[in-house]
Amino acid sequence: MKEILADLDTWRAQGRKVAIARVVNVEGSGPRDPGAAMAVSDSGDVIGSVSGGCVEGAVVTEALAILETGERKMVSFGYSDDEAFAVGLTCGGTIHLFIEPLDW
Amino acid sequence: MSELYEQLRDAITDERPVVLATVIEGPNAGAKLVLDPECADGFVSVGTLGNPGLDRVVSRDSVGELAAGRSGVRHYGPEGQANEQHVSVFVESFAPPPIMLVFGAVDFTAALARAAKLLGFKVVVADARSMFATVKRFPMADQVMVAWPDEVFDVYAERLGHHDAVCILTHDPKFDVPAVQRAVATEVGYIGVMGSRRTHATRLKRLAEVGVPQQGIDRLMAPIGLDIGSRTPEETAVSVCAEIIANRTGHAAPSLRDSDGPIHRQAPT
Repeated sequence: MKEILADLDTWRAQGRKVAIARVVNVEGSGPRDPGAAMAVSDSGDVIGSVSGGCVEGAVVTEALAILETGERKMVSFGYSDDEAFAVGLTCGGTIHLFIEPLDW
Repeated sequence: MSELYEQLRDAITDERPVVLATVIEGPNAGAKLVLDPECADGFVSVGTLGNPGLDRVVSRDSVGELAAGRSGVRHYGPEGQANEQHVSVFVESFAPPPIMLVFGAVDFTAALARAAKLLGFKVVVADARSMFATVKRFPMADQVMVAWPDEVFDVYAERLGHHDAVCILTHDPKFDVPAVQRAVATEVGYIGVMGSRRTHATRLKRLAEVGVPQQGIDRLMAPIGLDIGSRTPEETAVSVCAEIIANRTGHAAPSLRDSDGPIHRQAPT
């Protein structure tokens, strides 16, 4: 989260609504360690990253939904998704993210 | 409402170690505790995970996680009991940035300082010559000290640990002998010393004369850097930074120290 603090401060000063996603757990091979974070503003701007680019698109979708509902949730992305075209990590690992509004 | 975020942000910005604990599963998901043990006001704790017992246990566990620089999920009972899975807490440690002390205000220093900033180091450049140790020449450094090695170590020695680095680029026994003497007396994870193999051989004699023990000598990465054929200050900076990473992670990477022959070989044509 360190890397995105300056941008978060700017968004807060502008009064934007922000959702933040953090990697909390990684099983197997994963590109980023726990603590990797990205944030999405209500205007759709994105800072930071939680993987090597594999799941960021899906995280943005989840984050924008969370900005609407205000709920907080765990989201996992893995290689063994049932849906043939589901978003997953090409490296074979599973990452677990906690996504929530930055209302604290 | 934003008290938690601001406490966390201020600690990170001021380079204090800090923990953000978040309930990610179980009752009160999203509840948070920010622990700022080295705040100017003493050990500051902001927020709650929803139960005083849980707060107490997580605070205790977090101090250990922070010292180790670890982040991860821990499981507890409703009131912080061990061996229960009622609540999952993500304990996120924010360690202060690692420190790199660079001795010698030369072109290699500027390139190394830039590369080290990329890796997240707090970079301190030191040289006893005020003409060379200037902010104008090293705008990328976090601190520029016109100082002898002793003065620099008087400030930083206690803080140096496994993740920190000392790079001695002076090539001058007046500076590098005292710098090595003080560096090997710290817990610093990496000590690199620049210079040709001949310079280093001479340096070893001087270090032995001033009584630097063999265990200290064995810690020196000299000649400095990985054997990647680097030439320019920028390439050398990459070679040094790569060696620092390999040294910290314990991965095998061929170092110049462990090979022989000329450092600067002709590129194959």
